[in-house]
Amino acid sequence: MHWLKGSVGAVALAAAFGIGGAQAQPVELSFYYPVAVGGPVTKIIDGMAAAFEKDNPNVKIKPVYAGTYQDTITKVLTALKGNEPPQVSILLSTDMFTLIDEDAVVPFDDLAKTDDDKAWLKSFYPAFMENSQTGGKTWGIPFQRSTVVLYWNKEAFKEAGLNPDVAPKNWDEQVAFAQKLTKRDASGNVTQWGIQIPSSGFPYWLFQGLTTQADAILMNQAGNEVYFDKPGVVQALQYWVDLSTKHKVQPPGIVEWGTTPKDFFERKVAMMWTTTGNLTNVKANAKFDFGVGMLPAGKRFGSPTGGGNFYVFKKASQAQREAAFAFAKWMTQPERAAQWGIDTGYVAVSPAAWETKVMKDYVAGFPPAAVARDQLQYAVAEFSTHENQRVAKALNDNLQAALTGTKTPEAAMKDAQREADRILKPYK
Amino acid sequence: MNRALETIAAWVLGIAWILPLVYAFWTALHPTEFSTRFDLSAPWTVQNLVTAWNAAPFARYILNTILLCALVLVGQLILCTFAGYAFARFDFWGKTLAFLLVLVQLMIMPDVLIVENYQTLSRLGLLDTIFGIGLPYMASAFGIFLLRQTFKTVPKELDEAARVEGCGPVQILWKVYVPLAKPVYLAYALVSVSYHWNNFLWPLIVTNSVNARPLTVGLQVFASVDQGIDWAIITAATLITSGPLLIAFLLFQRQFVQSFMRAGIK
Amino acid sequence: MQTRYSAHIYGWLLLLPAAVLLVAFTHAPMVSAFVDSFMSTPKGARPARFVGLMQYETLIEDPIFWRVLGNNILFAVWTIPASIALAIAMALLVNGKLKGRGFLRMAYFTPTVLPMIAVANIWMFFFTPDYGLIDQIRGLFGGGPVNWLGQQSTALYCLMVVTVWKEAGFFMIFYLAALQGINPSLYEAASLEGASRWTVFRRITWPLLMPTTLFVLINAVIGAFRLVDHVVVMTKGGPDNASSLLLFYIYEIGFKYWDTAYASTLTVVLLVLLAAVAVFQFTYLDKRTHYQ
Repeated sequence: MHWLKGSVGAVALAAAFGIGGAQAQPVELSFYYPVAVGGPVTKIIDGMAAAFEKDNPNVKIKPVYAGTYQDTITKVLTALKGNEPPQVSILLSTDMFTLIDEDAVVPFDDLAKTDDDKAWLKSFYPAFMENSQTGGKTWGIPFQRSTVVLYWNKEAFKEAGLNPDVAPKNWDEQVAFAQKLTKRDASGNVTQWGIQIPSSGFPYWLFQGLTTQADAILMNQAGNEVYFDKPGVVQALQYWVDLSTKHKVQPPGIVEWGTTPKDFFERKVAMMWTTTGNLTNVKANAKFDFGVGMLPAGKRFGSPTGGGNFYVFKKASQAQREAAFAFAKWMTQPERAAQWGIDTGYVAVSPAAWETKVMKDYVAGFPPAAVARDQLQYAVAEFSTHENQRVAKALNDNLQAALTGTKTPEAAMKDAQREADRILKPYK
Repeated sequence: MNRALETIAAWVLGIAWILPLVYAFWTALHPTEFSTRFDLSAPWTVQNLVTAWNAAPFARYILNTILLCALVLVGQLILCTFAGYAFARFDFWGKTLAFLLVLVQLMIMPDVLIVENYQTLSRLGLLDTIFGIGLPYMASAFGIFLLRQTFKTVPKELDEAARVEGCGPVQILWKVYVPLAKPVYLAYALVSVSYHWNNFLWPLIVTNSVNARPLTVGLQVFASVDQGIDWAIITAATLITSGPLLIAFLLFQRQFVQSFMRAGIK
Repeated sequence: MQTRYSAHIYGWLLLLPAAVLLVAFTHAPMVSAFVDSFMSTPKGARPARFVGLMQYETLIEDPIFWRVLGNNILFAVWTIPASIALAIAMALLVNGKLKGRGFLRMAYFTPTVLPMIAVANIWMFFFTPDYGLIDQIRGLFGGGPVNWLGQQSTALYCLMVVTVWKEAGFFMIFYLAALQGINPSLYEAASLEGASRWTVFRRITWPLLMPTTLFVLINAVIGAFRLVDHVVVMTKGGPDNASSLLLFYIYEIGFKYWDTAYASTLTVVLLVLLAAVAVFQFTYLDKRTHYQ
């Protein structure tokens, strides 16, 4: 494991913090981590935690694997109400407002003591920090971050007479390509769909790709106002609905997030939108040549960032907070961030990580790995407001209503706006 | 003719009913690429089971579940025996009202009071413990009712005889009533274990960590789909989750069926 | 019994441990749900305060609540008769002389011992569009793919199918027991009169199964409001709450949004529904069965 090499430096760092040896009592950190499919990721995290403990013998990391992001924030809030919150956790960057409102977390700025610490806080891609800072403070440290990208099946492109190495560049091309890629059998049943943009679970995230491309924004920086009923947003939704109803290149109804990669492997769909976090999965399971590209542009390129940040919790002793800070810092050192990105497909969070040798070698051998990084310049902060889960539900429900044809895009977004306004009223 | 039709109908229904289980075995025991293709020449493998087993602490989950079921059962047997005995053989003040209040729980099980019970458990400091998952279920109206009915059928003469020999009420309970109710205890035990082995929502809310999580919650955490579903692994995990109880059921089919019957018709 | 007071004392002492737990986890929470429904949700440093009927006003204006309530009633109206009818059919089938009777009994009953959470994952695959089992079978007859869980018109019905599948075999057991208790001479008399099998069922079997049916009915109603594991796994209530049920909504409000006061208000609604069933049980059913 390459990232172990970086640990010598970390020992020195830890010594500088005074957590290596100054205290006789071991500091215990319970660390909530969202892991979805019980894949190799738990092993990697366990390995990293063990390596950190080796470097910092006075800290014990107790990883708790809690399921999806949704499950994990639910668990963390549950534990918080039960007075037993974790000391450190990876949670969605968008949970920031919720955690602040619950008075659950502390900003990293207060824990940064040395110049090195302060430099570290500034070492990440700005696109990732948009979701990590509010009111001039840094509440989250980017760890497993992602964006939405387009995967396409090169063989299917060839069969459809398309250049297998060129992805659609804009919305019109995306429809045109998808039309060519949609195959029907003699009785008119579709055997291969052109495209899938998943809409189960958290449709707002993929939708934000479309709204950004339509040059619309969904919320303000303070997280207390949303703009669901603006024309650009409605237009973006109309485009999404049209893929199924007008152009008939996407399966009707809700497209399941979890099975979309499987649909892609099974050649049931030729292009899919999904997270860069799926890159390793696709690489391992696609039995054909595939391409990875930026999302096609509408008025502009665009994708939301997504994924998880480190948070340090308030209900922790000073020693625990410092240890948690050190842990987050250790985990995001360039070498380690690079290796983590390679192992999982998440976007390595700092420019320095992309300058490491392992990463350079990896990108040279597997260029798709760099697509997400290149898309970052067009990326926007993931949708996040106060009462985030509830506001997101209002949006999700109405997106699904439009996609399943029970409301028009316009009516759906009006309803979502009204509901969100009601929820956000106390925060104005 | 009619008979033949009936037989066919019965079998169609039977096959439809067993199909999910058959599918689970098929998918779990074949490589992933066969999880959607039913090809009789597909190679068999236990790799999915191994992968699933290693990917999550299932051994710990099984242990937790067994502890949970055992704890709940022991609690239920003791509490319900005492309460059932009280209702069957003692005339105490407020007995009718107390019995009615007990029966309330037949309709309103702790399952539907998740919000309030969570707060209670939090105040008791029992969140994320196996004891905490089990506690609300230990006084079971169903168990009290079942044992009351059973104890009522015990001839009073046996009771009197034991008393003449100088036994106290608890000794009589232990020497006369409990032995006579053995089949009912077995029936109740199987129903209770099946219920708590399969229970999900309450343990999901109460547990946070591997140390307390039962199998059902462990499976849900495992099968979450942020990064796409691998059916082969998930069905393998499903089999691991259902396995112990399923094997017990297949081995002791008759007892299971009769127990559920006995528990139901009282 | 022995002395004048000892029966009272013994009775209560024996009952006490169970009574404490019953009060703590059934009666007290019922009362506190009711009380909390008139309060606001405590947040951060702000404690709960009395808000009168505000939560109930929210409830009445909450379109999701009405949708979820409607779903749950629809869910009950379909699953209860369907599982009872199937249970009776199964019991009649495996009560007769039939090839493979033992296997069939086992097949029907097996879903009862499997965790809902586990089988829901398997059913989810069955409902997957295109290469899921149901669509593969439909494909053999030229049917196109259907997005069973992904459209509002079918999602709830898919959950119903799973529920019926899970519960029918469980209910069958009670019918089987009841059938075995019916005096065979009744059937002999009927066959002497040359009655058709349908007449026999309608005139003899069905009336004699009535107490069982009522017992099963109560269980089925409780089940329809209590079991939401498959919602968690298969649809999370979507699309647009089309497959959400009341207890699942309570879970979302209570443990995702932490609006505990509103969750308590929803709990009160659920309790009222269940209480209505209980009243039915005590006034109507009680006279027919034996709670002596």
